[in-house]
Amino acid sequence: MTIATDPPKASFRLSMLINATRYRSYTFQAIALLALIVVFSILGNNLAQNLAAAGLNISYEFLGDPAGYDINQQPIPYNSQDTHMRASVVGALNTLIVAFLACLTATVFGVIAGVLRLSNNWIISKLMSLYVEIFRNIPVLIWLIIIFTVTANVFAPIAEFRLPRDGSDPERTLIFGVMAFTNQGVFIPKLVFGDNGALVIYTFLASILGVFGLRRYARNKLFNEGKTVPVLLPALAILIVPTVLMYFVLGRPVGVDLPEMGRFRFEGGLQLRTSFIALWFALSIYTGAFIAENVRAGILAISKGQSEAAAALGLRSGRIMNLVILPQALRVIIPPLISQYLNITKNSSLAIAVGYMDLTGTLGGITLNQTGRAIESVLLLMLFYLTFSLTISALMNVYNNSIKLKER
Amino acid sequence: MSDTHAQTVAFVRHTEIPPAPPPAGQAGAVKWMRENLFSGPFNTVMTLLGVYIIYSLIVGIFPWIANSVWGVDNIRACREVTQGNGGACFAVIEQRWQQLLFGFEYPSTEYWRPTTAFVLLFVAVAPVLFLNLPRALLIFTGIYPFLAYWLIWGGIILIPITAALGFIVGYFAFKRLEHNSFAIGLFGAVAAAVLTWWLTDFLIQPATRGVLFGTDPDGMLRGLLYQPEVASRNMGGFMLNMILGTVCVSLSLPIGIALALGRQSHMPIIKWICVIFIEFIRGVPLITLLFVANVVLAYFFPPETTIDLILRVIIMITMFSSAYIAEVIRGGLAALPRGQYEAADSLGLDYAQATRLIIMPQALKISIPGSVNVAVGLFKDTTLVSVISMFDLVGMIRGPILSSTDWAGVYWELWAFAAALFFVVCYGISQYSQWLERKLQTGHR
Amino acid sequence: MNDTAAMKVSDEVAIDIQAMNKWYGTFHVLRDIDLTVYRGERIVICGPSGSGKSTLIRCINALEEHQQGSITVDGTLLSSDLKNIDTIRSEVGMCFQHFNLFPHLTILENCTLAPIWVRKTPKKEAEATAMHFLEKVKIPDQALKYPGQLSGGQQQRVAIARSLCMKPRIMLFDEPTSALDPEMIKEVLDTMIELAEEGMTMLCVTHEMGFARQVANRVIFMDAGQIVEQNEPEEFFNNPKSERTQLFLSQILGH
Repeated sequence: MTIATDPPKASFRLSMLINATRYRSYTFQAIALLALIVVFSILGNNLAQNLAAAGLNISYEFLGDPAGYDINQQPIPYNSQDTHMRASVVGALNTLIVAFLACLTATVFGVIAGVLRLSNNWIISKLMSLYVEIFRNIPVLIWLIIIFTVTANVFAPIAEFRLPRDGSDPERTLIFGVMAFTNQGVFIPKLVFGDNGALVIYTFLASILGVFGLRRYARNKLFNEGKTVPVLLPALAILIVPTVLMYFVLGRPVGVDLPEMGRFRFEGGLQLRTSFIALWFALSIYTGAFIAENVRAGILAISKGQSEAAAALGLRSGRIMNLVILPQALRVIIPPLISQYLNITKNSSLAIAVGYMDLTGTLGGITLNQTGRAIESVLLLMLFYLTFSLTISALMNVYNNSIKLKER
Repeated sequence: MSDTHAQTVAFVRHTEIPPAPPPAGQAGAVKWMRENLFSGPFNTVMTLLGVYIIYSLIVGIFPWIANSVWGVDNIRACREVTQGNGGACFAVIEQRWQQLLFGFEYPSTEYWRPTTAFVLLFVAVAPVLFLNLPRALLIFTGIYPFLAYWLIWGGIILIPITAALGFIVGYFAFKRLEHNSFAIGLFGAVAAAVLTWWLTDFLIQPATRGVLFGTDPDGMLRGLLYQPEVASRNMGGFMLNMILGTVCVSLSLPIGIALALGRQSHMPIIKWICVIFIEFIRGVPLITLLFVANVVLAYFFPPETTIDLILRVIIMITMFSSAYIAEVIRGGLAALPRGQYEAADSLGLDYAQATRLIIMPQALKISIPGSVNVAVGLFKDTTLVSVISMFDLVGMIRGPILSSTDWAGVYWELWAFAAALFFVVCYGISQYSQWLERKLQTGHR
Repeated sequence: MNDTAAMKVSDEVAIDIQAMNKWYGTFHVLRDIDLTVYRGERIVICGPSGSGKSTLIRCINALEEHQQGSITVDGTLLSSDLKNIDTIRSEVGMCFQHFNLFPHLTILENCTLAPIWVRKTPKKEAEATAMHFLEKVKIPDQALKYPGQLSGGQQQRVAIARSLCMKPRIMLFDEPTSALDPEMIKEVLDTMIELAEEGMTMLCVTHEMGFARQVANRVIFMDAGQIVEQNEPEEFFNNPKSERTQLFLSQILGH
């Protein structure tokens, strides 16, 4: 008969603090915490002394003061009497706008370049390799400055669009009467919404949903009855017809404000500044090269056996790509794609190098210099980018977990 | 006897069929072109488009280079020579290449020093990159940081010697003490190094310098014991990018390794410190960290101390780089099979020994491609210091050169030169990384 | 000799290969292949690695292209015409060494993918067929699992069922048991034997000589891209005529 007893507990000795694994980890953590506290107090002490010596304190009151400077690209109304806070909001909006647009175009460039790089056509695949290698190995700042300098120097000055005094034709006219490329930016028509203009937009959004509904209908028809239904032309019809009908029925509520040449400069229309165009294009084409590599790696990662098995079952190459290769490749492509999107957002802070007023330019640039509130401004600036990055990363983790391939 | 068909049974081949060449039209250039370039309407269109693009590029660039102008003094003279023919004005590079490479204010008599340091960089780095070179070269790699510092910044040679001495004493102390435990070894090494530096501090004070060298430091002992000092704010040009790149990447490697190990640790406090640091740094753009270096960091140093801008920038860029390296190494640690950890434990190795002898060597090998990517990205990012008014290559071009009256308006040539410099370095590094990856893959078979 | 091998083989030609040659670039990988396969025959192809045996059966369902000679499957000539290739691929099923199941689809979806999208079979009908064949290979309860959750032997049996769902008249096997652990080989071979007993025309590249003895009408030995010897199993194993065959058999059967 055995009696189960607890193993005898060793009595605690001081040297166990270092040697026994359980206590050792406590000791280390205690030391680490202590060191951290000591370092932070030294830094904090220095900070307080330096601030006192300069006669400053930490406060965010300056955000309520009038900014006193103009912002050239304004998605929402702003003038120099508005507060620094509003200037920062304008800057943040500019950051998000250029980042969003650059993500879209970079994806387009990247997918096209990545897929073409895998093609059998030797000339095309070598050209795409050239594109990828040249753009990846040169800093984005240099590309940004080159593109900005080119657009600012190659496009015509506004003077050439002006009507000469003697009544003859100007040197240049608007393209199709709606667009002008100048060295100060691109002038495009602006959409002006009348009373029922929003309804047209809603109709368009509804027709996008309609296209998805059509695809689902076609798929169910195939599954249930084995009949294929043409999808492409009806989808185009659904996208275009209702919106156009709505537009006319409501009496053309959406107007277009065309840029027109006034006495000295363009009036009306929307001006996309050179700095904005340069930043957008540079970010797209630079990040597009990295995305191309991700797409290529994703497609190559799917073993050849998958497409062979699908071909042996009788599927044609279009179906093989859609049903077998792409679903698997997307799992590999999307995580690095998202981190490229985050890179675009962070790289958009280079706007300050070409004068585009994003958040780094307003809050981290003019506001910081004018108010002298360096610590507060930089902290707020970093907080914005950090929040954005962490949110997108968290969303990506959720997405990753939901599509993970199930294994034993 | 089974009912197999008479014609299919019992065949034996006695003579081998020799290999024959493939039929013409089934192989060779024509077939290749037919299959690869013109295999369908879409492909044919793409090929023609591609050829057109290549043609326009060549037609656009070649005359520009062929008509290039050298040997003139300013852009107006350039324009006279080309007479509107659209030639490149490479004279600007001929005139200003020293500024582009070394910065505005680095004394031109001393250009041989950073150049020597650059050449020696290859010698120092070679045994790390190419594993079949003799290991004795690593001694030079260890000396190189001190030598390069002395060459580029100047000063009396005792400064780098005493610094190196501290490290050497610390290393020997570590070797003696690590048998007791890794932690004691580490603390002992640090204590010994600090002690050495404190003891030898008097050697580098100006008073001692007067005693040792008399009143003529530029005299006979120059060159061997003393180089004229160059202040950090006089560094510039491409040299600045190279210095920032190499220093920050080298410093961030050990820090990144420590962060990666810390993030993997089971101790919650250590783990959370590392996680917060890494996620914070990775979430913000480098420019904001450079703003910190420029205007904020000074507040955290003791009052009345002034730290060089270049040192502050090095600190922030190193922090930035170590966070990204930490993530790469964390991936390498995760890719290591669980069995390695278990084997190390079963042999009785403690954490420090297992990590140092078994886990880290393998994890580092796996992380090399990713780390090289981070290094290349960081090197490109060093151009951002031009935004905080430091005169690296980009800062030089935008600043002194393009705003000078001689050369205002010459932009293609300068930016092409800058782009070419970066391309050569970055492409070279990434080719090395691909070569290394191929070599390591065959090693893993 | 057991009854399976003694079954009468028909006169109908299933696969007819005449004077087929294939090159990879300048490397002459298949040389002057002449092979006629009759409906209901079971053929085992063996040989050293690099002999071209996998390439040969991959030419039959157009996974590889041949440059000279002709391949006719079930009366359809194999050419670059996509319609011919489609017809042939729906008559010929193939099982791969590494299974090649689609990891992002369930077992059931793996089996119903081709019938739905190629044959336009309604989904309910395709699923019923799939369940029928999954029962045949004895894993109906795994239908809603994913390939990553199954063992190697189960995955290969699913691969066989997936090919059978297209109701092929000829089955090609490319080393189906080479990637399996020993204890799983038997379950796959049993499935293949059952198929053979139901009269399926089979070409099988394999090293499993016991299977060859039990089921095959013919054993073909290939070396250096050409057919060196072919005979009934008993004659082939006990009385190999060519030296190369003797060398190969001594290496395979020796241990």
